[in-house]
Amino acid sequence: MFEYAPAPESRSVVDIKPSYGLFIDGAFVDPADGGSFKSINPASEEVLSEVAEGGPQDVDRAVRAARKAYEKVWGPMPGRDRAKYLYRIARIIQERSRELAVLESLDNGKPIKESRDVDLPLAAAHFFYYAGWADKLNHAGFGANPRPLGVAAQVIPWNFPLLMLAWKIAPALAAGNTVVLKPAETTPLTALLFAEICQQAELPAGVVNIVTGAGETGRALVEHDGVDKVAFTGSTDVGRAIARAVAGSRKKLTLELGGKAANIVFDDAPVDQAVEGIVNGIFFNQGHVCCAGSRLLVQESVAEQVLESLKRRMAQLRVGDPLDKNTDIGAINSAAQLARIRELTEAGAAEGAQQWSPSCELPERGFWFAPTIFTGVTQAHRIAREEIFGPVLSVLTFRTPAEAVEKANNTPYGLSAGIWTEKGSRILWTADRLRAGVVWANTFNKFDPTSPFGGYKESGYGREGGRHGLEAYLNV
Amino acid sequence: MSERIAVRKTYKLFIGGKFPRSESGRSYLVQSANVSLASRKDARDAVVAARAAVKGWAGATAYNRGQILYRVAEMLEGRREQFMALGVPADEVDAATDRWVWYAGWSDKLPQVYGGANPVAGPYFNLSAPEPTGVVAVVAPETPALLGLVSVIAPAIVTGNTVVVAASPTAPLAAVTLAEVLATSDLPGGVVNILTGRLSETVPTLAAHMDVNAIDLTGVTDPELAADLEVKAAENLKRVLRPVPVDHDWSADPGLGRMTALLETKTVWHPKGV
Repeated sequence: MFEYAPAPESRSVVDIKPSYGLFIDGAFVDPADGGSFKSINPASEEVLSEVAEGGPQDVDRAVRAARKAYEKVWGPMPGRDRAKYLYRIARIIQERSRELAVLESLDNGKPIKESRDVDLPLAAAHFFYYAGWADKLNHAGFGANPRPLGVAAQVIPWNFPLLMLAWKIAPALAAGNTVVLKPAETTPLTALLFAEICQQAELPAGVVNIVTGAGETGRALVEHDGVDKVAFTGSTDVGRAIARAVAGSRKKLTLELGGKAANIVFDDAPVDQAVEGIVNGIFFNQGHVCCAGSRLLVQESVAEQVLESLKRRMAQLRVGDPLDKNTDIGAINSAAQLARIRELTEAGAAEGAQQWSPSCELPERGFWFAPTIFTGVTQAHRIAREEIFGPVLSVLTFRTPAEAVEKANNTPYGLSAGIWTEKGSRILWTADRLRAGVVWANTFNKFDPTSPFGGYKESGYGREGGRHGLEAYLNV
Repeated sequence: MSERIAVRKTYKLFIGGKFPRSESGRSYLVQSANVSLASRKDARDAVVAARAAVKGWAGATAYNRGQILYRVAEMLEGRREQFMALGVPADEVDAATDRWVWYAGWSDKLPQVYGGANPVAGPYFNLSAPEPTGVVAVVAPETPALLGLVSVIAPAIVTGNTVVVAASPTAPLAAVTLAEVLATSDLPGGVVNILTGRLSETVPTLAAHMDVNAIDLTGVTDPELAADLEVKAAENLKRVLRPVPVDHDWSADPGLGRMTALLETKTVWHPKGV
């Protein structure tokens, strides 16, 4: 591999406060019970800040603030004015994108080139897109004068902290709802910086409330009686628990959960492009992606050639300092996630699959996992069935298109899938048969605010993005 | 000359395009008729039939599905007197017939109204289209016996889903008679399956069934039962339609909601290039 000189992005652009309160009713406040937790940099285990842990009283206060703002300010406000606030937020995110990108990489561990080139532009674009809907809801296809739901409880994951915040808050506010959002406990910092952006945009108090904390805080939020809508992105197990918790209530629920996507490579696929797509599919964001192409289904006749190319390409991946602009794979987000990845890869080896990683030097401190592939995987193996949520690819083979489809759909998940072939009719034939909400053909991991995203089966229900994404926040 | 002795009808279940009795051999009396009392096993059998029908029905062309739903309206129109004899008012039969016609027309229009091209910021073809979610369990409203039933079945199947319907326990005769209409409308066996009997026996089985993709709780009137069914449905994250108030106006414009709630949106991306 070529030697690269380090090219670290400066962290001086971001000013992290030693501690943060909860953002309720337009101001940062101390939690009622005074609890707090530390957010660390997963690449160094350095403590970045102390963050307030919201308890039931804090959640209640936030929901009340959101209710008041909904009834007095945001609900009655004309759509064109809501739009202007959302446009303002989109612009401020663009203006402060360097700061947000560095903070995201520090708190999450993802490479700066991804936070800079993917997370931040998409987050801003999401606000810009939904801003335009705020005064056009009559034309969104839900009948005349569709009404907002009220107060939305939103719980988001740690893999794309600011982007998931944008996916949740932008459509909710555009539709006229107010929100209480709980960021993931390992990645609260960009949400807290977003709270400052709301202040800078002079968004009316209580329209956006950010309550930091762990699972218990999230539970208190989704179970609160004052909430009309629950939106969750995260694991299927927690999604199930939330679906049970809101059963019998008036709360409208949308869930974006786990995945175990098949990335199907047919024998006529352009191998170099397919290999780039396979690498992007599983190693983008350290594989901390619900729609990651974590099962490679490669046609038997080209399997050897594809694997050889893939290994050669993997040997070029640079693992290390997330703030280095050359880094391809950053840090695993937390010790707990690293333990989960290790447990599943150990099961993969124990069940008889062959493990391979390129030789790469991992930093001593922090949480790291080398890019890994397993060959000789069967459909019964845990690594073919369970979501690993890390840089680990399970390789299976198939002989006929029908077998590829059968194997691709042989999972309780149904979030995404990939198809690689030069033959157009085969793409469409395969896409028709895949039970997945997003199908990438000759590409992978593409996202856009206009494009609906969400799963079939146990990957959840409802869509985020596009006109479809409004439905989750309207009483239709 | 003595008066002719009438030939009575046996009211049975409708599963996989056939009319079996309940495997439990039980029945209950409604309007002087013995109606099959479906068991949990009947519910499971109905799910198997519904699953088997998914591939053909979801794979049929929208034009074909539309014509079959229209055919149902034709058959229903011809049996107007029969439903009236069961106590269904004439205007309700007419409204139910018209509802089939209305939904029939949606089969090849909803994908255009509810999907389409997405203008993504890059050189990609990007298209979203709705697809059926699969097997849907439906609890029909208690009343109106025919219009309520049609109003929950038609929107589920027009898009390619198959259904297992728990009919109104107090008005099952209209449901079984509707099954006879469906059986003569070129609707493939298993697309609609109808269970008569107690909701408390069949519906919890359907709500907990791991091969059911969605559940429509429209006809559940007990809030505690509805909550319990929703909890059961969470096990495999079924799509859930919550109960509607008993005073719901079934003659009103139904809108798209009953169709779209039972659809998945699939978005396909492809790069543009030379």
